[in-house]
Amino acid sequence: MSLRSPLAVVLGRGAAGEGAAHWWAQRASALALVPLTLWFLLALSRLPLDDFVAVTLWMSNGANALWLALLVVLLCLHSRLGVQVVIEDYVHGVGSKFTALLLNNAAHLLLAAAGLYALMRVAIRTQA
Amino acid sequence: MVLSILHRMTGLVLALGLCALVYWLLSAAAGERSYGQAAGLLSGWPLRALLYAWLASFCYHFLNGLRHLAWDAGFGLERTHARRSGRLVVVLAVVAFLIAAWVLFFSRAGAP
Repeated sequence: MSLRSPLAVVLGRGAAGEGAAHWWAQRASALALVPLTLWFLLALSRLPLDDFVAVTLWMSNGANALWLALLVVLLCLHSRLGVQVVIEDYVHGVGSKFTALLLNNAAHLLLAAAGLYALMRVAIRTQA
Repeated sequence: MVLSILHRMTGLVLALGLCALVYWLLSAAAGERSYGQAAGLLSGWPLRALLYAWLASFCYHFLNGLRHLAWDAGFGLERTHARRSGRLVVVLAVVAFLIAAWVLFFSRAGAP
């Protein structure tokens, strides 16, 4: 016996079956962000932030560039998943919910791409 | 209940903070002049107030996030435990914010 209502079966709007993956990605990214965000804040506290040369030199240093790239990607992923849940809970109406989810994905993808592009450009400029 | 909605609200605030982080990186990529402009903008009052808001939101979201992760792992779910850890998170978030704000903004020259 299926627990789905006849209407749900006809409309075909059941769960997409991706809930568990979303749940895990949210937790895994949270766990990875624990050390990464602490490292970032600690590094910021030691950097002379008004000194362009010192800051870009720090950004382009091998390990720092890698951790920063990871930080940007994971922050965007974690933020995208979190904002998605808020949209799903509070934005009603199929059309506006769909639009909001689409914009959420686009905005976070753009942020991740912009962050990685910036890090790449800093690294190339500073090493050259 | 209140702390749960606060977790979402601070999360949304931090999503906006992500834009500031990327802006900071882009300004560094664009060269010394634009980095100077960004640093000036971030140390000016409207954005500086936002930096405080982001730091406070981060402290709470980080600590309460650890609480959520513990719950997901099956720890601390009893009502008395959850109440106590909730109070602890709020107190620790305030302490962490004060320490982090002092270290980042007041303890040195050249800070934003």
